[in-house]
Amino acid sequence: MAVEVSEPRSVIIIGSGPAGYTAAIYTARAGLKPLVFEGSVTAGGALMNTTEVENFPGFADGIMGPDLMDNLRKQAERFGAELVSDDIVEVDLSGPVKRVVDGAGESHTALTVIVATGSGYRELGLPDEKRLSGRGVSWCATCDGFFFRDKDIVVVGGGDTAMEEATFLTRFARTVTVIHRRDHLRASKIMQTRALENPKIAFAWNSEVVGILGEERVEGVRLRDTVTGEERTHETAGLFIAIGHDPRSELFRGQLDLDGEGYLKVASPGTQTNLPGVFACGDVVDHVYRQAITAAGTGCAAAIDTERFLTALDDADLAV
Amino acid sequence: MSDLKQVTDSTFAQEVLEREKPVLVDFWAPWCGPCRQIAPILDQIAAEYGDQIEIVKVNTDENPEITAKYGVLNIPLLNVYVGGQVAKSIVGAKPKRALLKDLEDFIG
Repeated sequence: MAVEVSEPRSVIIIGSGPAGYTAAIYTARAGLKPLVFEGSVTAGGALMNTTEVENFPGFADGIMGPDLMDNLRKQAERFGAELVSDDIVEVDLSGPVKRVVDGAGESHTALTVIVATGSGYRELGLPDEKRLSGRGVSWCATCDGFFFRDKDIVVVGGGDTAMEEATFLTRFARTVTVIHRRDHLRASKIMQTRALENPKIAFAWNSEVVGILGEERVEGVRLRDTVTGEERTHETAGLFIAIGHDPRSELFRGQLDLDGEGYLKVASPGTQTNLPGVFACGDVVDHVYRQAITAAGTGCAAAIDTERFLTALDDADLAV
Repeated sequence: MSDLKQVTDSTFAQEVLEREKPVLVDFWAPWCGPCRQIAPILDQIAAEYGDQIEIVKVNTDENPEITAKYGVLNIPLLNVYVGGQVAKSIVGAKPKRALLKDLEDFIG
């Protein structure tokens, strides 16, 4: 394995999505030539799985999630960001020179690192979930909804993502049943209203999925009533899971401080982690707002914090 | 846009089933984000292992017959056809190394 012995770069950004790309735009425009590891299959982040983004300021008519990410990516490239579609599999962030190792085993060094690894979808944790994945179990309504034309399907979850998916899926499915373990939704008012008023959407309240049925493909789910404990079978051709996300922070455990749920801790307000020269932004930090625009906002903040940190380093060098 | 050959309902038999070499078919659609994410990886694999495996694409939007025939429920779906039969099915976007591992029976 070749060891990188060249001069450390100014900044390495791990992750893409609105936070990573915005950090890339700002640091590139500041002349810091960021090296961005976009992720091998996660490039673009969570918005790659969405359709229309209606609330990103500046797009009066809305914009498709993947198109928004394409735009951000191009904007970062225009200012000289170097984009690599690979993952980082190992990091050593403790010293003044940070080292990261990519999926091909190559090391890269930099004086600062911006972490923008986002979050990944949560699984139900049922034994048949993996087995029937691709056979009716899905985490991406926009990818797979099309194949459930005129079918009866279910969406699990009570948040914005679940409501968005359920509403989207009514374009194809005959009926969509939202399965939620409580008797009220966690989703925002506008998303709730849209789903509740949609004649094709039904709700199974106080219900949780305890089993997935079917040999070759999904044929039904086993539901348990969270109040009475009674179990029942609900026939369905498709199971779309939208029960939330977990931060992608495992890589940093033991080096960066995490909170109880695994989110990276930063000195708020700001993006500084517990290690000097390491900044974090986007959904890997934020379990409160979790919007494209807030991720982009903290990506910008991380870039500015990075720039100031590097300037202070330079000043310290000059003073010696 | 990828340079890989787009196969259709009418050309599928000839371009996939009747081939001597293994053919990897990428079932995709323009509105599928993860399909966009793996497209460049498939381009690379085609460039590196093209002598051993052919890679083609089926747009599921435009080719409902083949899509229904192979029971496609999730995309991206990568099916490897050998001698007209599905020899391997890979569901969802994966990193290049994981894909190469899944394909090691056909390349290497």
